[in-house]
Amino acid sequence: MTPTVVLPVLIGGLYAAGVYLLLDRSLTRVLLGFLLLGNATNLLLLSAGGPSGGAPIVGISEPEEMNDPLPQALILTAIVITFGVAAFLLAMIHRSWRLVREEVVGTDEEDRRVAARKATDRDELDPDDLAPDDRPAAHADSLHAPGDGDAEPLADDVHLPRRRARR
Amino acid sequence: MTGVLAPLPVLLPLLGAAAALLVGRHPHIQRALSLVVLAAVLAVSVVLLLTADADGAVSVAVGGWRVPLGIVLAVDRLSALMLVVASTVALGVLVFAVGQGNADGDEGTPVSIFHPTFLVLVAGVSNAFLAGDLFNLYVGFEILLMASYVLLTLGGTAPRIRGGITYVVVSLTSSLIFLAAIALIYAATGTVNMAQLAVRLGELPAGTQLLLHSLLLIAFCIKAAVFPLSAWLPDSYPTAPAPVTAVFAGLLTKVGVYAIIRTQTLLFPDGALDDVLLWAALATMLIGILGAVAQTDLRRILSFTLVSHIGYMVFGIALGTTAGLAGAIFYVAHHIAIQTTLFLVAGLIERQGGSTAVDRLGGLAGSAPVLAVLFFVPAMNLAGIPPLSGFIGKLGLLEAGVAVGTGPAYVLIAGGVLTSLLTLIAVARVWTRAFWRPAAQAPSEDTAAAAAAAAGPERAPASGTADESEPEPEPQPEPEPEPELIGAGASGVRRAARRAAWQRHTDVATAASAEGQPGERRGLPRVMVLTTGGMVALTVALTGIAGPLYGLADRAAADLRERTPYIESVFGPREVP
Repeated sequence: MTPTVVLPVLIGGLYAAGVYLLLDRSLTRVLLGFLLLGNATNLLLLSAGGPSGGAPIVGISEPEEMNDPLPQALILTAIVITFGVAAFLLAMIHRSWRLVREEVVGTDEEDRRVAARKATDRDELDPDDLAPDDRPAAHADSLHAPGDGDAEPLADDVHLPRRRARR
Repeated sequence: MTGVLAPLPVLLPLLGAAAALLVGRHPHIQRALSLVVLAAVLAVSVVLLLTADADGAVSVAVGGWRVPLGIVLAVDRLSALMLVVASTVALGVLVFAVGQGNADGDEGTPVSIFHPTFLVLVAGVSNAFLAGDLFNLYVGFEILLMASYVLLTLGGTAPRIRGGITYVVVSLTSSLIFLAAIALIYAATGTVNMAQLAVRLGELPAGTQLLLHSLLLIAFCIKAAVFPLSAWLPDSYPTAPAPVTAVFAGLLTKVGVYAIIRTQTLLFPDGALDDVLLWAALATMLIGILGAVAQTDLRRILSFTLVSHIGYMVFGIALGTTAGLAGAIFYVAHHIAIQTTLFLVAGLIERQGGSTAVDRLGGLAGSAPVLAVLFFVPAMNLAGIPPLSGFIGKLGLLEAGVAVGTGPAYVLIAGGVLTSLLTLIAVARVWTRAFWRPAAQAPSEDTAAAAAAAAGPERAPASGTADESEPEPEPQPEPEPEPELIGAGASGVRRAARRAAWQRHTDVATAASAEGQPGERRGLPRVMVLTTGGMVALTVALTGIAGPLYGLADRAAADLRERTPYIESVFGPREVP
């Protein structure tokens, strides 16, 4: 029995292409990458069964010549699971396209909002430490209402852009 | 006795899911059915735990196949304990969801899908806890993941689809790594039965062992959200409905932790990667909790604390001692209950205050004192204030660290104490803002609108009513190209189109998050409050029964370290093949 080079090369190629596609931002490519990775893993399972042999059915081939049936059973299960998940992913991509006309991995707005926040929140500042101009209107020593000086108003959050008026 | 009962935590929810689908047109029957099934699962799990604790580990060969050939379900103290905690939490969350469904008239969440999917999720979790071979563990993971995909994207709004895609792709990747690890392990040893692997893996060359070990750990660390493989979690969990987030936060990551425990004790007991896990635990604790301190949305704060506290469990596992393992097991039980409860409370806060954005909330302690108590107790428990169970769990882990006494262990102890302190800061900020400050100090919708108006005319908000009139906007036609784009290169046009699409995406997301903003304050239905109160009482009761529970965790950890109880339960006390 000579070892075959076809399977390792195929598995490696599928993994490489699959990972490349998975790293793309386009969801269709992610799906394709996932399918390639699934196939690569199934081939890996197949090759884990050792050298090729006869069909593992008593009466068709001799027990010594039989191929290992367990990896094949595992592959069948894995194929079914991969199929189901791929169908679900496809449905999600379609839904994303329907909703936002984009089939890329979306941006997390809350992350951006947190990143854009000021380091100090408004209610953590001691008004007495501020210049009189910056003190909130309700503070005893404040001279002006907030926001009429040059200083930026100290917001304790950054508001997301609102919906534009609908056309 | 146990032989009959062991498959039931998997079978009952699966059959229940099928029956719940059949009666999907009768919501009342469906609810009753799911509740009965989960109560039965809980009862079976309790019996399993009692017998496993009294008589030791038991295993069942499903279908009567001879042991290394067929599928084995194994019940030892660890898996039985996990089953009990998981089914308790699942039952509590289901009652909460039923209460929410009754209150809201089921708009938005198609309840005919929710109940069967929830039961399938429980079946997957049970299967993962009971699995006696690696491939069955993989199947258990896939069952629970498939159900979780559906639950996470329930209703299919834009934020949920966005968060769901991240979650699905990351989960798929970890599943594929796990499957590849199974293939390689089978190639190296010729079996996937965990008890047999426990014997055969030790005979492999060290390099091969290290490869297989690290593959399994990577797969499980993604599922358990251990840094640096944790970034997906705070991104995808907060968008789901409150009961779904609660059960995810409680159960799913802990299934990963359970798998890590099995890997580190049964399959690879020599602790080759303990040091790596130790530093990963430190990074998980600190980076997770720093993220929580930076956030302003309650659900995201809780998601980050969830990541952070996974670090405690990994710390206990990585110490590689019985005491550390016992501490980790106790902490898993405590954390499942506490994190679920906190997410349920977050759901109540959203209903009461109209938002989970901490900046917008205020005065809840006055307007909803019951809610304040419900939040305060588990929050203090999470931070580890004596005498609550969080304190006991952390103390146990720190003592185990001192007992090990190496340099890294002391660094981890310092990290654990610091994390506890930062957790306190994170929840105290929520407390002082959402509950303690007068409602008048919270930025109202008017000031927010004024700020938005000041930011620029094109960002002026539409009126609140327009936001709510369209929960699911139809895709709009492509906007006419803006003047400065005419004559620009193709790439510029594409970029502009992308920006426009991003803007629409943002708008949709904003509209969806605006759904719950002031103006839509719904009251607190009694069932939901009572359920949450029951869960809070449960977390407090964990403190009361901490002695027996810790004793149980100790015995479970001793079993795990010894390994023979598990292996002998699968093969019988005779010679292991």
